[in-house]
Amino acid sequence: MTDYSYTLLIPFIPFVVFLITGLFGNRWKPIVSGLMGTVGLAISFLLSLIVAYQYFFASAVDSYQALIPFNWLWLSLTDTLQMQMGVLLDPISVMMLVVVTTISFMVHIYSLGYMKGERGFERFYAFLSLFTFSMLGLVMSTNIFEMFVFYELVGACSYLLIGFYYEKPSAIAAMKKAFIVTRFADLGFLIGILILSFYTNTFDFEKLTQPGSDIYRNLAGLSFMGISALSWAMGLVFMGAAGKSAMFPFHIWLPDAMEGPTPVSALIHAATMVVAGVFTVARMFPVYYFHTPDVLIFIGYVGGFTSLFAAIIAITQNDIKRILAYSTLSQIGYMMVGLGISGYGGEAGLGYMAAMFHLFTHAMFKALLFLTAGAIIHAVHSNFMQDMGGLRKYLPVTHLTYLAAALAISGIPPFAGFFSKDEILAAAYHSNKLLFYTEYITAGITSFYIFRLYFGVFWGKNTQYKHKPHEAPLSMTIPLIFLALASTFVGFIPFHNLISPDMKPFTTEPEPMLITASVLIGLLGIAGAWVLYKKENDIPDRLSRWFGGLYTITYHKFYIDEIYLFITKNILFNMVARPVAWFDRHIVDGTMMGIGSVTVAISKKIKRFQSGELQQYAFVYVAGVILFVLTFLYYLG
Amino acid sequence: MIQGLSIYHFLVVSTLMFFIGITGFIIRQNLITILLSVELILNSVVINFLVFNRFLYPDQLQGHFFSLFIIGIAAAEASVAVALIINIYRRIRNINADNVNEMKF
Repeated sequence: MTDYSYTLLIPFIPFVVFLITGLFGNRWKPIVSGLMGTVGLAISFLLSLIVAYQYFFASAVDSYQALIPFNWLWLSLTDTLQMQMGVLLDPISVMMLVVVTTISFMVHIYSLGYMKGERGFERFYAFLSLFTFSMLGLVMSTNIFEMFVFYELVGACSYLLIGFYYEKPSAIAAMKKAFIVTRFADLGFLIGILILSFYTNTFDFEKLTQPGSDIYRNLAGLSFMGISALSWAMGLVFMGAAGKSAMFPFHIWLPDAMEGPTPVSALIHAATMVVAGVFTVARMFPVYYFHTPDVLIFIGYVGGFTSLFAAIIAITQNDIKRILAYSTLSQIGYMMVGLGISGYGGEAGLGYMAAMFHLFTHAMFKALLFLTAGAIIHAVHSNFMQDMGGLRKYLPVTHLTYLAAALAISGIPPFAGFFSKDEILAAAYHSNKLLFYTEYITAGITSFYIFRLYFGVFWGKNTQYKHKPHEAPLSMTIPLIFLALASTFVGFIPFHNLISPDMKPFTTEPEPMLITASVLIGLLGIAGAWVLYKKENDIPDRLSRWFGGLYTITYHKFYIDEIYLFITKNILFNMVARPVAWFDRHIVDGTMMGIGSVTVAISKKIKRFQSGELQQYAFVYVAGVILFVLTFLYYLG
Repeated sequence: MIQGLSIYHFLVVSTLMFFIGITGFIIRQNLITILLSVELILNSVVINFLVFNRFLYPDQLQGHFFSLFIIGIAAAEASVAVALIINIYRRIRNINADNVNEMKF
């Protein structure tokens, strides 16, 4: 048995770095904080790689165990209901450790160049460290309550980092939006946790996810509005997951979150935090599968719908970061589909494995896409595609790394995305045809919009730039190259040997027909983008005119934001908030103010009693005594 | 035992002293006079202690001891009070009790 107690260091190093840079960062040169954060993360990164090696490869066993090297009792509420803080190692958490530390490490290096000279550089690094700590804590949680605590922490970090440029009104609006939407979803998560733990008397993942355990017997037969209580609980847990992962209809915060600095978008809003929801569903997967299959397939449909929906919106957007944000939504939808249609043991667990695999590869190539977008913005000083074109001559490294990421997301072999996406499609093909076709079409749209971006930015018209764009500094290109290599090669990791719902390796047969089909649709998308955007021409404009209203609706993101605004402003504010505010101001406050003012009035009247004149007091006192004495004499005598 | 005097004689004197003290305490303005009145009250109490001890429990000594304590405390109290009065005088150039009402409300 290997000793894994050092895993505790992995989250705690960033935490300590956060404390130091957060408290003392402004006394030193900014670069000190940056280097401290980067070095701390480098150590965590190496430790995670060691953990992954020890866990996956050093022991020759045919199934993996969930290990808990550390579990500290935090709150002991009752004998059965105890909240613990601990470290849980199982295949998905070890994989997430690698993902989080890799991306975070790369983003730390990248930000040394990208954020150079920004005001609040040390603040940025402190928050990055805090975020990394929270995210690592989230993936290593031993129980669902600990997970909830870290859910809130990552939400808070996301809030702080989206609002990094706190002087920009749009950033403030975006940070509030992200926080409120995810908080609202977390409310569901909390209620779900409470229902679940109320009936099962435990928070522990180990007990909750054990197949065939009888802790759910108290829930049997309970139902509310025709849906069983356990389904409600798990559905509400998924609501929290959907909020974090920006699934429809909670997706509205993610595109706006792009107001944050680009490295933050890469780290939090593409690679790590937004997959927390997928991770949660994967963590609770046995519960979903064995007890609430209805919720599980619902998750699949939500994921499928979101992926198609977001992909369609991505076609018409012009802000390159927003395109990538919608692409993130779409890819997370893929992962949800993978989980939704998965089975449990053996080859049936393909969907689960594929979802985790896609999470892994997506983290690499999506972080890369964002970081290249950052390099482009760094060079051009604009977020909009109209201001770009022909950049391949100026930014050769960015161009090639972007191409690698774009091929990966389009699912072209041998890039990473091909393997994971293909496995999700294969899993869907065998269990749910509707989701399969949705995802199949989405795959085509994905490669279309991502290559629209590629051709529009790096080829297309020859834009005249005021300043000649220049390649990013070395601190930015090194992470790009590293992630490009990762996006190219991580697909060859034999994930089905590592991750499965029952933690036993299984084998899959490649299906040539499906592979050909998925590559073909990817190529089709690329070809479409080639025709439309490689050379400057007027086909895109003609097409958008031809689609007319459809184009406008898509351009405005199906008016979801407007619907939200309508609901909140007109319905919630006018019909709920205003009466409540009136009640609060006039009834609740009125009562309290009334008590206060009556007291004040009375005390003003009676304060003359206390004249401060000694002899008056003495007279009253003596008179009182005499009165008492006489009274007693009269009655007793 | 003092010849020819009953307990009532003593008690009448001490009661008169007590109420003279109370009256003085209430009606006099000068703080020094008020202090004198307090001394009168204390001394009347001392007389009461001694008289009751002497007439009712002649073979015990508690009353005597209490008297001694009261005299000691009265001395200490007088010194503190005079110190206070001197301070008040320094502050407001006046030792009228009417004027010492700043601590009201």
